[in-house]
Amino acid sequence: MGDMIVVQDLVKNYGNFCAVNHISFTVPEGKIFGFLGPNGAGKTTTIKMLTTILDPTSGFIRVNGHDPVHERKQVRRSFGIVFQDPSLDDELTALENVDLHGALYGVPRGERMKRAQTLLELVGLWDRRDDLVKQYSGGMKRRLEVARALLHRPRILFLDEPTIGLDPQTRNHIWGYIDTLSKEQNVTVFFTTHYMEEADRVAAECAVIDHGKIVAQDTPAALKQQTDSATLEDAFIALTGHAIREEEGNVMDRMRMMRAAWRGGRR
Amino acid sequence: MRAIYVLCIRQLKRYVRSPARIIGSLGQPLIFLLALGFGIGAIFKRAGAGNYIDFIAPGIVAMAIMFTAVFSGIEIIWDRQFGFLKETLVAPVSRFEIAFGRVLGGALVAMLQGVAAFILCLVIGFRVHNWLLVPVALVFMFLFSLLFTSIGTAIGSVLQDMQGFPLVMNFLVMPLFFFSDALFPLQDLPKFMAGALLLNPVTYGVDGIRGSFSSAFAFHMATDFGVLVVLSAILLAIGSYLFSKIQL
Repeated sequence: MGDMIVVQDLVKNYGNFCAVNHISFTVPEGKIFGFLGPNGAGKTTTIKMLTTILDPTSGFIRVNGHDPVHERKQVRRSFGIVFQDPSLDDELTALENVDLHGALYGVPRGERMKRAQTLLELVGLWDRRDDLVKQYSGGMKRRLEVARALLHRPRILFLDEPTIGLDPQTRNHIWGYIDTLSKEQNVTVFFTTHYMEEADRVAAECAVIDHGKIVAQDTPAALKQQTDSATLEDAFIALTGHAIREEEGNVMDRMRMMRAAWRGGRR
Repeated sequence: MRAIYVLCIRQLKRYVRSPARIIGSLGQPLIFLLALGFGIGAIFKRAGAGNYIDFIAPGIVAMAIMFTAVFSGIEIIWDRQFGFLKETLVAPVSRFEIAFGRVLGGALVAMLQGVAAFILCLVIGFRVHNWLLVPVALVFMFLFSLLFTSIGTAIGSVLQDMQGFPLVMNFLVMPLFFFSDALFPLQDLPKFMAGALLLNPVTYGVDGIRGSFSSAFAFHMATDFGVLVVLSAILLAIGSYLFSKIQL
């Protein structure tokens, strides 16, 4: 089994600010890999570079053997992604969202419908397939996004805080599908989360990033042992310290607030 | 091609599914039509210039198109981090295809909004001179929609947030609309006004639409057509280029 993701000496600077500072790691094929770190540590920036939407300042990346800067299409075909913010079209139905995804990824029409049914059944949304997404709850949207990300049979699934704001039932369900998938179809999973007990439970391996640098990378058990902690949460705090991170109130945060206000807080 | 098609269909579905938006966007044209059409109509007639409703109706259709088109281009900002844009940007499809699909869909929506405004004008009392030329008017309306959706796309790709939106409306869309032949004829204007009108693409779009409805073009039909085709092509290229440079 080879490495599905290889990152060497990766750097991303925004002006004088170094968001990602010479990080290196590898993710073996078929593994569930947790990418952990406090707010503003560089997690999302790293995911953006791995998924071709942000160009690195310098460094080496291979995703499924391809370079995200020069072989965008090959890389994009290799992965499915669930973003931190919802990325569904609220004015379309669940089935239309999934079908549109399939069309964009060049999945033939007949197969698209079959896959859509299998996946929507998997996440328990097949009965609600013709409802507009704006009528969905936050948890249903997340499940739909997971189903959509899998439609084109990706080799890698990126999940950027997939369970944020969800109830324990939905979280359990989502990790359930992901675990099944990784085992049955050998899909590599790369996720970020702030829920350490989730990472402890599902991740085969974790990397901890702080201030743009990787401070530890090992199995959850080894991280706990190494820091002499009872839980992964304690290990995380031992590795990254107690200070609360100040994140700049950037354009994104302002827009998130505005959007919440304008839409009456509907997610 | 497939991506262009599905993205275009997506926009049309969204449009058809929000009747509130369709009707809401007709409010402004309706006010203009009633207030100016009947308010200034009397003076217009006394000045011997004919029926003012017949004169401004094409201008009002153009207005409905401009606002809808610029807005649908600018929606990129909204879609950008929260909505659907990210989903399309990580798909194995070129950015140009995505931009074309969006612009084409937005242009069709704007054109439909123009048709809705046209129907409203007919209800108010607008009379078409020659119905055989209505398909020509539709072609002009489509080109005009394409032009302004491209402009909206170019702006939406560059602006970081919606706070720039009033700026665009007040310092670009409004002046383009008012300094055109939408509300008053080209003749007998002060020199600087006439000059501004001639440099304004809206003038040619309105003339194309008005000419087709009234069978009387201020310029030649081919001039209007040529100006719109060339400018739409240039702005579509600029809009797609700027769109392809979006980094999230």
